[in-house]
Amino acid sequence: MTDTLGLIFILIGVLFDLFGCIGLVRLPDIYNRLQAATKCVTLGTCMILFGLFVITGISSAGILSLLCALFVLFTSPVGAHALARAAHRYGIKLWDGSVTDKYADIDRPEH
Amino acid sequence: MVNRIVYCIMLFAMWLLLTWSPDIENVTAGLFVAVICTVLFGHLFFDNAVRILSPRRVFWFLVYIPFFLMHMVRANLDVAYRVLHVDVPIRPGIVKVKTTLTSDLGLTFLANSITLTPGTLTVDIIGSDMYIHWIYVSTDDPENQTAVIVTRFENIIKRIFE
Repeated sequence: MTDTLGLIFILIGVLFDLFGCIGLVRLPDIYNRLQAATKCVTLGTCMILFGLFVITGISSAGILSLLCALFVLFTSPVGAHALARAAHRYGIKLWDGSVTDKYADIDRPEH
Repeated sequence: MVNRIVYCIMLFAMWLLLTWSPDIENVTAGLFVAVICTVLFGHLFFDNAVRILSPRRVFWFLVYIPFFLMHMVRANLDVAYRVLHVDVPIRPGIVKVKTTLTSDLGLTFLANSITLTPGTLTVDIIGSDMYIHWIYVSTDDPENQTAVIVTRFENIIKRIFE
């Protein structure tokens, strides 16, 4: 029973990871791609790790996968934030269909 | 000082969970590493760890978790819809919204929550302005944008961290 439940979690996780990868290919610019990569891949990976925890129960591997899910949840948005900010500062333009870019209007202190 | 002791205990507990073995060598090594890390890096962490452990804040944190998970699942279904749709229905842009949070930890949590929820990605925070990349800009009015993106999390996070 727990095996089946865990496998269902892993299956859903793999599906969300797949959607994230399709997003990487189909969306037009780095910022939109980061959106797909961050959201889908974070939840997908967390669900795979949680499924592993459901299967193995409270053991070394189970606790490790829970902790890894927690770390992924905390670090992946920070990574996406750093990438998006760095890309914008480097001068990568938004996609042509973008409607507004308030971040380009500010004057930054020179480093 | 109390902060440092709390960090030390948290690091030690993390070590025990990660290694998951009750050997005396393992526990001693963990204690040693926890103390060294606390002495060397304790000043880098936020200052109000003890304050956050009060029951009222822990209660709001427990309320926040299911609320956040619900929005996270919604975000994923939203991305899946946009990615699998034939026309890729997006209308992206970077908008500027205001936040009333001031503590570093609260801002971090708010920015991370915004990144993991439907259609939004935090690009930068300057003072009280947050620059958010939005995959489908549904309104051009800054106040409506703030209401849609920030307010739903801000109210709870304010109760936890401020």
